[in-house]
Amino acid sequence: MNAPVHFDPASDAYTTPLSQIDVSDPKLFQDDTYYPYFERLRREDPVHYRKDGKYGSFWSVTKFKDIMTVETHPEIYSSEAKLGGISITDRPMEFRRSSFISMDPPRHDDQRKVVSPIVAPANLNNMAPVIRERVCKVLDGLPRGETFDWVEHVSIELTTLMLTTLFDFPIEDRGKLTFWSDCATADVNAGGVVDSEEKRLEFLTEALRTFTAMWHERAAKPPGFDLISMLAHSEATKNLVNDPAEFLGNLTLLIVGGNDTTRNSMSGGLWALCKNPAEYQKLRDNPGVIPAMVPEIIRWQSPIVHMRRTALADTELGGKQIKAGDKVVMWYISGNRDEDAIDNPNRFIVDRTRPRHHLSFGFGVHRCVGNRLAEMQLIILWEEIMKRFPVIELVEEPKRIYSNFIHGISEMKVRIPA
Amino acid sequence: MPKITYIEHNGSAHAIEVPIGKSVMQGAVDNNVPGIDADCGGECACATCHVYIDAAWLDRIGLPVPGSQEASMLSFAAVTQPDSRLSCQIHVTDAHDGLIVRMPEGQH
Repeated sequence: MNAPVHFDPASDAYTTPLSQIDVSDPKLFQDDTYYPYFERLRREDPVHYRKDGKYGSFWSVTKFKDIMTVETHPEIYSSEAKLGGISITDRPMEFRRSSFISMDPPRHDDQRKVVSPIVAPANLNNMAPVIRERVCKVLDGLPRGETFDWVEHVSIELTTLMLTTLFDFPIEDRGKLTFWSDCATADVNAGGVVDSEEKRLEFLTEALRTFTAMWHERAAKPPGFDLISMLAHSEATKNLVNDPAEFLGNLTLLIVGGNDTTRNSMSGGLWALCKNPAEYQKLRDNPGVIPAMVPEIIRWQSPIVHMRRTALADTELGGKQIKAGDKVVMWYISGNRDEDAIDNPNRFIVDRTRPRHHLSFGFGVHRCVGNRLAEMQLIILWEEIMKRFPVIELVEEPKRIYSNFIHGISEMKVRIPA
Repeated sequence: MPKITYIEHNGSAHAIEVPIGKSVMQGAVDNNVPGIDADCGGECACATCHVYIDAAWLDRIGLPVPGSQEASMLSFAAVTQPDSRLSCQIHVTDAHDGLIVRMPEGQH
């Protein structure tokens, strides 16, 4: 899968020997060329074994229904950090930090239940006016008639402000949250500042220090309704601060989960509309489609490319024999294009009949806890955009990040006509 | 066909005839009853078809089996009550004619 000058991903995907296809290559996502590789696996070898790939040996689960099977059997497919956790990257043992996303029931259940009230329906109603006010302010401040980066000015700004609310974190220091989020997920081979696990830990240690101080401050006060106070005052997590690795694991989970994924859907949604002008027109003609369009954007973007599990026992999946200890990767980005589960999956349709039937939030006990908050932010964003800007033009194709885990857009130049 | 009444959180009631063998969730989704999202499509994997069973029906419908996948998914849902069920796990029979289910404030 080297890239000559006239590289055609579709022909490469279908001429590479099946056993040599390696969908873990982050270049496929950075270059936006992953589609035909997954299409071939879904058709010819939906549960596919890649021996000695870029990220080791692993099973790729590419169809919607097989992914659902893995999701709903945590007793076979473990998320446990020490076994490898939730990402295809096998970090050295000393860098495997536990958090409730990389835990199995019942410990997972106890910790997750501590934080979930912050994103429950009643609290979403409380947060909606604050979110709308910020969206209006950010949109009203955008330049007209000149090119600017949508990612920096809209997606990062709005999602980082959301994080300051969830953590009750000083707004003026919000850039740190974005930085820590990016540090937590960076691929060490991406060419960025995080080029080793040691370096990642060095940067994240500052986050740990900051939040540890915040924890002690809030633990001494009556319970508040921010994530740190909730963790500090809850029975299941009140000693979390004494286990710095697990505290850091949970912090990075909440920072990344509450930020990165929504950020990239804010960027990816505008990209999808610009590339599908007839759908963009449908939205202009009827902004009432926004609540249906938002889950479609989240499917289309698939902000989390994959989640990994480790088999605890020998089992069968899609006719293949999985052995205890095997690494099993659920490619959400592929299941979201599975024609057996979704009608016309390769079309972006703003008024789809069943738009919520997608894998981007995962399913089962680990299903995204903040999914409704993410949707609400996107709904408000698009409602306010449509009140102001009937047209936003894509000036350049977006720049994407080198990662097989976060489907990220790092820069997207756009222009609002004057 | 058994008739099931779905009552939205705002009080709007929808009386729907649901074919035997379908789930209570499917009856709502097929008839565009708002308030039941059913994101996973009936796999008991998301808790977005959460309903409260009418008191008069609770004995007949029953509660989720402790330790079951339904009990586990419900334990993560918001605003659960002792009469909470996932409507994808209730399969309609003749005995369900007249069943009343109410919807929570939101699906999560």
